[in-house]
Amino acid sequence: MSTGLAKIPEHPARRRDRYQLKGKYKLFLIALPFLVLVFLFSYLPLYGWIYSLYNYFPAIPLSQSEFVGLRWFTMMFSNEVQRDEMMRVLRNTFAISSLGIVTSVFPVIFAILLQEIRSTKFKRLVQTFTTLPNFISWVLVYSFAFMMFAVDNGFVNNLLLRLGWIDTPLNILASDNHTWLAMTLWGVWKGLGWGAIMYIAAITGIDTELYEAARVDGAGRFKQIWHITVPGIIPTYFVLLILSIANFINNGLDQYFVFANAMNMSNIEVLDLYVYNIGMANSNFGFATAVSIMKSLVSLFLLFLANGMSKVVRGESII
Amino acid sequence: MALKNKFSLFDVINYTVLTLFTLACIFPFYYLFINTISNNDLSSRGLIMFYPQEIQFSNYKHVFQIPGLTLAAGVTVARTVIGTALTVVASGLLGYLFTKNEMWGRRFWYRFLVITMYFNAGLIPWYLTMRNLGLTNNFLAYIVPGIVSPFFIILVKTFVESTPVALQESAQMDGAGYMTIFWKIVMPLITPILATITIFSAVGQWNQFYDTLFLVTDSKLFTLQFILWRYMNEALSVAEIMKQSSGGALRANLSIMPTPTSIRTTVSIIVVIPILLVYPFFQRYFVKGIMIGAIKG
Repeated sequence: MSTGLAKIPEHPARRRDRYQLKGKYKLFLIALPFLVLVFLFSYLPLYGWIYSLYNYFPAIPLSQSEFVGLRWFTMMFSNEVQRDEMMRVLRNTFAISSLGIVTSVFPVIFAILLQEIRSTKFKRLVQTFTTLPNFISWVLVYSFAFMMFAVDNGFVNNLLLRLGWIDTPLNILASDNHTWLAMTLWGVWKGLGWGAIMYIAAITGIDTELYEAARVDGAGRFKQIWHITVPGIIPTYFVLLILSIANFINNGLDQYFVFANAMNMSNIEVLDLYVYNIGMANSNFGFATAVSIMKSLVSLFLLFLANGMSKVVRGESII
Repeated sequence: MALKNKFSLFDVINYTVLTLFTLACIFPFYYLFINTISNNDLSSRGLIMFYPQEIQFSNYKHVFQIPGLTLAAGVTVARTVIGTALTVVASGLLGYLFTKNEMWGRRFWYRFLVITMYFNAGLIPWYLTMRNLGLTNNFLAYIVPGIVSPFFIILVKTFVESTPVALQESAQMDGAGYMTIFWKIVMPLITPILATITIFSAVGQWNQFYDTLFLVTDSKLFTLQFILWRYMNEALSVAEIMKQSSGGALRANLSIMPTPTSIRTTVSIIVVIPILLVYPFFQRYFVKGIMIGAIKG
């Protein structure tokens, strides 16, 4: 490659400038088709926000729909029934997200525990198998859950019955007991190994001399973990914590959608699922859009909040 | 050091905890699998718990006789291959373009792109837009919306920035255009990150479920994930399938007669097998990917 440089007679900087000037619009034009796609799928839907001002039904064009102004927005909290419903959905969202934040230390602990294993083979085995659930879909997770916990012939029920610990099978999936916790635990099952990867990498990046020096100074295993490993992981943990704050009300739909049933609906219905239920299942497009808009605005606020926190804590923005 | 060989109480607890969690992670895979290859009668009575019994493979033959399942497998493979290929090329190209300071409005367009990672209009407006664009009951709905992915583009951009600029500059001096430089010089340099993206994108496409749920009613475009979801939820559709898929002669033999459980588990295993097959190969790539992603967020 250096022979290429040698061919240039003089003024390489000038020639580069000319090249760059010519490239200015050319580069943009190459990117343009892709930017159009971004516009179509991420910005154009914003136009759909006007549906929140109409009493819109899918078959009738918007021009013939009744204009209702901000009725859907005021409806969210105006009458008591609806207010209770919103509070229930918000409570579910906050509870599940908070539990998610609480359990976000699990991958940290897992990474530290794994680090303390001396057998490389065992370490790799654990890492391989615990990361696997991250790569399967929530539909498949539900299929697993069904086989393991179903009321008739689920593995867990069969095991407990055989052991004589229970007399009648437990209906774990179609029950409203500890729904928040169950959802959190499924999240842990699926995401723990994957979540730990980054911390494992962070630990690998810690200078081994630190451990040696600590050992010379007489620090035991736990002191080494507490004074060297943990501080080495904390910066990574903060980044992810901040990101999870930005996504506090975005639980996603997949997990709750597949696990939802008539029994647990009142506790599993997070905002994303609620929007789906009123919009797609009940065809109340106007109200669903209004709720979507509120959600988008709140998550935008949370994003700026998280971004500000990131700037203060680590002097770098996330967007 | 003497200390190193001591197996403390902490080690015992540590090994136990990690072993138990690892077992919890893989046991469901194993449990479903042994149920698909055992006597269906024993399986439906919940007698297959830790090891297979009376091994038979008829379930795999039966599910592929289900009308639509082979087609769904084809649709899923097609969306995975085409979608991934386009996403990888687009991510590579855009990641490269966004490292070019001279691009008109680079900073603006980059933000224009990245902000979509955090902010979206919401489900209903998205659905109505897709419908207005004619992307309902349309195979393109599986491909086009995913081509431009901000996260992948960030990965590539970060990676390109870490490669030496001199290589690109010397090619410029030789008169190579941007596209030539991209294909001939940048692409070979960024193959590791493209491998990571290929994996993420392929797994994402394979596992995607809700675009079918929202946008597709035509059974010719159903994907495996969607079909599995239906089997999990609609007892009726499973019963219907059982009637169609097994001939009358089979029905006498309980050990290989399809049951709702056998259909669900077998389809589950079919859905998961491709992931298991590629998993050992891609495991080493995703660590790199997730690290770069984390740095830039």
